[in-house]
Amino acid sequence: MIKVNTEDYPWHAGMTVRNLLDEKQFTFRHIIVRVNGEFVPEEDYEKWLIQDGDDVLVLHLMAGG
Amino acid sequence: MGTIIKDYSYTPAKIKRGYSGKSLYINLSDLRIEQKEITEFMKEKFTGGKGFDLWYLWHAVTPETRWDSPENEIVMSVGPLGGITQYAGTGKTLLCSISPLTDIPIDSNVGGYFGPLLKFSGWDAFELQGKSEKEILIFIDGNNGRIQIEEAEEYPEDTHLLAEELTKKYAENEDDMVNVSVVCSGSGAKHSYLGMLNFSFYDPRRKVCRFKQAARGGLGTILHDKKVKALVVKYRGVKPNLNDAADISTINKVGVKYHKEVHDLDHKQNKMRQIGTANTVMIMSQYDLLPTRNFQTGGDPEAVKISPEVFINEWLTQGLHDGCWYGCTMSCAKCADHFLITTGPYAGQRVTVDGPEYECAAGLGANLGVFDPQAILEENFYCDTYGIDLISFATCTAFIMECYQRGQITREQMGGLDLRFGNSQAVLELMHQISRGEGFGRIAGLGIRKLKKIFVEEFGADPKLLQDIGMEVKGLEYSEYAHKESLAQQGGFAMATKGPQHDEAWLIFMDMVNKQIPTFEDKANALYYFPMFRTWFGLVGLCKLPWNDLVPADNYKTDSPAKVPEHVQNYVDLFNAVTGKHIDNEELILQSERVYQFQRVFSVRMGKGERKDDYPPYRSLGPVSREEYLSRQELYDKQLRELQKLDPETMDLDEKIAATRRYREDQYEQLMDAVYRRRGWTENGIPTPERLKAIGMDLPELLEVIEPKL
Repeated sequence: MIKVNTEDYPWHAGMTVRNLLDEKQFTFRHIIVRVNGEFVPEEDYEKWLIQDGDDVLVLHLMAGG
Repeated sequence: MGTIIKDYSYTPAKIKRGYSGKSLYINLSDLRIEQKEITEFMKEKFTGGKGFDLWYLWHAVTPETRWDSPENEIVMSVGPLGGITQYAGTGKTLLCSISPLTDIPIDSNVGGYFGPLLKFSGWDAFELQGKSEKEILIFIDGNNGRIQIEEAEEYPEDTHLLAEELTKKYAENEDDMVNVSVVCSGSGAKHSYLGMLNFSFYDPRRKVCRFKQAARGGLGTILHDKKVKALVVKYRGVKPNLNDAADISTINKVGVKYHKEVHDLDHKQNKMRQIGTANTVMIMSQYDLLPTRNFQTGGDPEAVKISPEVFINEWLTQGLHDGCWYGCTMSCAKCADHFLITTGPYAGQRVTVDGPEYECAAGLGANLGVFDPQAILEENFYCDTYGIDLISFATCTAFIMECYQRGQITREQMGGLDLRFGNSQAVLELMHQISRGEGFGRIAGLGIRKLKKIFVEEFGADPKLLQDIGMEVKGLEYSEYAHKESLAQQGGFAMATKGPQHDEAWLIFMDMVNKQIPTFEDKANALYYFPMFRTWFGLVGLCKLPWNDLVPADNYKTDSPAKVPEHVQNYVDLFNAVTGKHIDNEELILQSERVYQFQRVFSVRMGKGERKDDYPPYRSLGPVSREEYLSRQELYDKQLRELQKLDPETMDLDEKIAATRRYREDQYEQLMDAVYRRRGWTENGIPTPERLKAIGMDLPELLEVIEPKL
């Protein structure tokens, strides 16, 4: 189990940041990802492996219309 | 040319540190034209823009004034930063009046050239009071210091024709057309409460007048009621430092930095230069936020038909500058050129359509069940040229459609119009009826609050259902975001001072997706900071979009990326550089709060602005119908289990809907309490004398209004 934006989310072996974003359908382009507080650059989404127990923050940067 | 019935000369005031120091007053009843001084008191307490508007309006009206009372004013002001050309989004005009939809002050912001050219003509603000006997237009010649009032019966009514004719009339030649700006409404404003104001700017590449809209709250209806067909300003000589800035080099430096961000980052972020605000249509649908069929759901598989790519690839002209004021590199005012109209009085003609912006694609598209880009563009064109606020029209029509869907009104009662969701031809015919003042159009344009009463009293509709599904608060229709899963945004809409428009706060991602504001206090803090911050744009003459529709590359490193701290610092720097003052971030918020609290007290004075006026329809909070619950059953059942410790397996559908409703209504009450505390209001939503004193707004006239309510 991992945390995604403070809520529990099931983890699976080999899960990358990209997998997580796809599973959660986080399609907004303008986001910031931090894993255990560490910033993950967009170019690393495919290769950054999320570990069981990680705390993932996916901040959507839109404060609106 | 009509007869000139008033000719007035003045010496245009020189602008000093962002202010001309003068405001223009015109009384249409007796054709009186006067100049007023902008006092230091006004600058200190109200800053400019909406602040000046509200101050003048306060003194013009009484608690008994209604939208069509002669003493009601339309006031406009551009603010001290308005008209600078070195930064993006610096041409916004703010307008205020007593609204026909809400009976309280409405404010609406708009781009286009009129506001900055008015300021450069010597006027920080413009009050229009009284009513003319005959239809007139007002022409302000800023270079020669002349104001003329002219009879205007013979001019066309609809915007695209009227603005073009007046631009040609007042320009000396084609090159001069960019120096003329027209404010007008259209035939739809004549027969509805949804009338809006178009502000023109001439596009020399396309050789057409383009338009931005001061849309909300019926301003066009008021202008028409005053028998003003158009306001025209002409000023030749726009250049970088007409504001007499105290520190032009800082303005240049901040501007260059921002323009580089646009160049380097926009294509990676929101693509504002390609598609403008409509870039978010698919995002909204994917996150369940795209209002669909009167906000019943938050998206639809068909939304892909009105995606940004469709508009970019098939409809919108690319590669031309689309800023609505000089220097705006964000350039988001997109348009469809040579668009062929298929219905109504302009069928067969090719026109330039300004849009679609997000609200148009969402409101006239998804919320009406219309997933046809061509139909949306035609609706967009007619709303604009008829002078109809497309947000209110869309939300109002969506309500009518759901009433029809649920058997609350019949086709016969709608004069034969088959207003099924998705029937764009019926939607267009409804617009044409509003324009002509005929048939069901005469009723449909009155706004949801009045429609509810008519449908119940005359058509026998269910008042409770209509209250639940009629998306209005204080009489103003919601703007186009579904938000059932964001408690903070429910408050952001329903507790907004003028009514449910998103320009005070848009907290959906922070709240619903990012989970950054989990507690009532967190949400209340956001519902303090963001409305206060965003109010500031309207005080100084700036557009909100450059603040956060593009952010610096290293914004993620900041403590509060949602606030975009570097851009906030840009605004502090720009304000100080223009005015020569020395504000900081806290003073910026204080400037806003003074006006924000003033507007709340103003609403109280007009008979609203209390707790009873801040309640949303239940459709805003949760699922009204069985179909809505079933559409997200998994989510709602989970919430029953986790939030209420109930077992949905043992409950029937109606019990689950009722339990969800009880919970969500209670959550909203708790949110109101927290927000009122944070804003310094009583439990009844009245600003306290202590709070007013703390921000320097314990003015006797305000205390007189609130004291009986304490």
